Amino acid sequence: MTERPGCPSVAHPYMANSVGAIKAAMLADIGAPSIEALFEQIPADHRLRRPLALPKAIPSEAELRRHLLGVLAKNKTCEDNLSFLGAGCWQHHVPAICDEIVGRSEFLTPVWGTPSSDHGRNQAWFEFCSQLGELVGMEFVGLPVYSWGCAAGHAIRMAARLTGRNEVLVPRSMDPERLAVVRTYCEPEALASHIAVRAVDYDAASGRLDLADLRAKLSARTAAIYFETPGYLGTVEENGAEIAMRARAAGAETIIGVDPISLGVLAPPGDYGADIVVGTTQPLGVHMNCGGGVGGFIATRDEERYAREYPTLLISITDTLKPGQIGFGLTLAHQTSYGLREKGKDWTGNSVYLWAIANAVYMSLLGPAGFRELGERIVQQSHYAARALAEIPGVRVVFPGGFFKEFVVNFDATGKTVAAIDEALRARGIFGGKDLSREFPELGQSALYCVTEIHDREDIDRLAGTLGEIVQ
Amino acid sequence: MMKNGGLREYRSASWDEPVVMELGYPGRRGMVFGEVDAAIAAKVGAAEALLPAAMRRRRPPALPELSEPEVLRHYLHLSQQTLGMLGVNLFGTCTMKYNPRAGEAVMARPQVAETHPLQHADTLQGTLELVHGFDLILRELSGMDRFVFQAAGGADAAYTHACVTRAHLAARGELGKRDEIVTTIQTHPCNPATAATAGFKVVTLMLDERGYPSLDALKAALSDRTAALMVNNPDDMGIYNPEIKEWVRLVHEAGGLCFYDHANFNGVMGKLRARELGFDACMYMLHKTFGAPKGGGGPAVGAYGCTAELARYLPGPVVAFDGAKYRLDSDRPDSLGKVREFWGNVPQVLKAYAWARAMGAEGIHEASDLSVLANNYMEKKLLAIRGVTKSNPHIDAWRMEMTRYSLGVLKEDTGVGVADMQHRMVDFGVDAPWLSHEPWLVAEPFTPEAGEMWSKEDIDYWIAALARVSEEAYRDPEIVKTAPHNQSIAKIRTDGLEDPERWATTWRAYRRKHRKA
Repeated sequence: MTERPGCPSVAHPYMANSVGAIKAAMLADIGAPSIEALFEQIPADHRLRRPLALPKAIPSEAELRRHLLGVLAKNKTCEDNLSFLGAGCWQHHVPAICDEIVGRSEFLTPVWGTPSSDHGRNQAWFEFCSQLGELVGMEFVGLPVYSWGCAAGHAIRMAARLTGRNEVLVPRSMDPERLAVVRTYCEPEALASHIAVRAVDYDAASGRLDLADLRAKLSARTAAIYFETPGYLGTVEENGAEIAMRARAAGAETIIGVDPISLGVLAPPGDYGADIVVGTTQPLGVHMNCGGGVGGFIATRDEERYAREYPTLLISITDTLKPGQIGFGLTLAHQTSYGLREKGKDWTGNSVYLWAIANAVYMSLLGPAGFRELGERIVQQSHYAARALAEIPGVRVVFPGGFFKEFVVNFDATGKTVAAIDEALRARGIFGGKDLSREFPELGQSALYCVTEIHDREDIDRLAGTLGEIVQ
Repeated sequence: MMKNGGLREYRSASWDEPVVMELGYPGRRGMVFGEVDAAIAAKVGAAEALLPAAMRRRRPPALPELSEPEVLRHYLHLSQQTLGMLGVNLFGTCTMKYNPRAGEAVMARPQVAETHPLQHADTLQGTLELVHGFDLILRELSGMDRFVFQAAGGADAAYTHACVTRAHLAARGELGKRDEIVTTIQTHPCNPATAATAGFKVVTLMLDERGYPSLDALKAALSDRTAALMVNNPDDMGIYNPEIKEWVRLVHEAGGLCFYDHANFNGVMGKLRARELGFDACMYMLHKTFGAPKGGGGPAVGAYGCTAELARYLPGPVVAFDGAKYRLDSDRPDSLGKVREFWGNVPQVLKAYAWARAMGAEGIHEASDLSVLANNYMEKKLLAIRGVTKSNPHIDAWRMEMTRYSLGVLKEDTGVGVADMQHRMVDFGVDAPWLSHEPWLVAEPFTPEAGEMWSKEDIDYWIAALARVSEEAYRDPEIVKTAPHNQSIAKIRTDGLEDPERWATTWRAYRRKHRKA
């Protein structure tokens, strides 16, 4: 037996070799005097000289579960409460089989295998790309990136490399959360490779991009114009084709950000001039997970100039040595940082590949009719909600037409702040929309409300009724 | 996994599963949402009229039309056609370990899954308490003063460091002047790559005969342009740089920051702390070292920790605790901004917390013990296999939790290299081992990592599989070269993968390029 100070005396359930006799046998096999001797490479003065001071171990699963559940019981959830929060992370229905499939050990626990040993997982990834490509109207789709903001950041950097220009135009109405990520990707001004981020104003009446301001700011320095539809403030960008046309005329790339769950009813950005499409993957079968569910994607036309700028992993269908059989393999892997280190395209690493499988399952389940039905339901319910709220005295919907699932609600005329209203709603089991008053002072006391298919009429009526009472 | 002392006759499931785009029948449905409430429809009318005409979808997406059980069965088949760690998987540098299902079960509950990151902090006190608790655990493991979990992977944490460095330099008026980040050729490629993406020039130090770069090489690289050092230790060859304290001292003397990429933490956790070695910041991968699942490559978390001096630059929000209540602090004027939306892959952080609590100080100490013991046990047995050598063979010391090996001799003798070996290993139910990041510093490299989870029997099985591959290579190399033999599909053809006329990342592109009829 090898007793070692500080190690558990009972074998640990996660560690098969934490049995004294096994350790002794392995040491004997290699002829080492002790486990401590194996750490001989580390100089003594590098070593921690005391045991770690950590909370007491809980190796018992029963006790650990009790501990975790006890603490987590302090949370309030969007299941027990009625939530209208969106703004980058949205509550949609997650089909049961999405959870079933991503819980499969074969997908949950490993990393890479060979194209033959991990054929099924590679195929699921290819099916993610293939179905997303149908939704957004693009033929070339990368494996996912961390988030929508990260996808936008990479796409802008792709555009800067493609055009040799160093300025990007973004809507001033862009999500500040997402914009903060984009700014990080575009680097501070003091650096030579900086990409300047210039905001294009939005039309105060419609929320859409101000075309006059766009014309004024578009120039020979513009690498890309980036816009979203639906935008952060919920509105659908009606002038997408014209914006893309103007960008093209100026020699700039058009990057369009989308929430793909809207694409059963909204036009695929490939149809109205997108060069690069980015967006979120979270709505497609992934729980909000307190923001841990987010994911992003990049898609383009299948043209070499775009393909050779991707920082993502890319998987292609191919043949196998057996006639008639298909398989999947990585393509263009050498251009990533795995192949070229600092000369690679940005960087490549872990991402949200498990969520890509949930997304694939989700898109297969919905099919064309499911996406249309879902989109129509959301649009009708969100507009119903907007009208119901607008009927409350003092409450105004800022951009009342042409949105998808989110819309801006203004409370100025009630004399109450969003924070005060939210607090009152919370006390009544309702999470109000995201407070916009700090992000967009010009919108006054406004909040971004999100209505999806998970809400029903009673939920919306309850919100309207409760808000009515609060702002009285 | 020993069966009568021999190797298992593994056979992968082979369902010959079509691509989902080929499945289904027009009109079939896998998910319906029901008719919208009549009162809603009456009030707002048809959805179509509520959207700008120019932006409505005209043609439905060409998605498959399947019933729910068909979708379930299709993806179950795909999971079965994935070896996915159901045998023995010693994928080096990634620290394959057990992902406790208690964590999976608890984090799937609505208290985590159905929470929104913008909920008022009062409604997330449980999550914030655990995140803060885990921050404290990592502080103790590293000696750092503050951790954040926004980075969505190890590479993203390296990027976070590059951005912290920018913010630090900007505050000192040195941004643009100090524009070089120093790293080593054995440091993970994400370090130079994220440094370059953040706008820095990269200086890469090569190894000397001891297996790490010399102090002279480091000194020659340092100057008033040095912004930071980004380095791992031990490296993937299992060699620990004993001069690392002096490295840190020299970099600090030159005015740079020091970042410890703790990708290879498993062999040293509980044994040393980044802070005491002098580092300003470090990174842990929760999906590797801390028992959260890898998911085939995320959702992941790079936990980034730093000193109090650098903490003001961290991406926000950060969790704050006043002794009674937790809140999210976003009001941080010196913050670098954000590297990703919201505050992190929260369920993964909580799973890592659960793992760390299950292990405790004793368990963590034991895990690094077992990882290093198992690696040296493997090394002795693997080097006894014909055709196998190790990197830096003249270095006689015990290696850390990993050793890099070479099949250079085997390739020379038999023509069988590491790629062939990978294809044959999977035939025994063993996931293909990691080879090496590029550039390859030894011929035909491979890098198994035993970790603390796998039993001695599992490790013996893995060794036996490699011994069989070697034996076959010398006896009848065609067996190995034509492998795999027991998988869902044969070896793929790679010749079209780099050809723009033939590659296809979507079914739509495939149909256009390959099924023109």
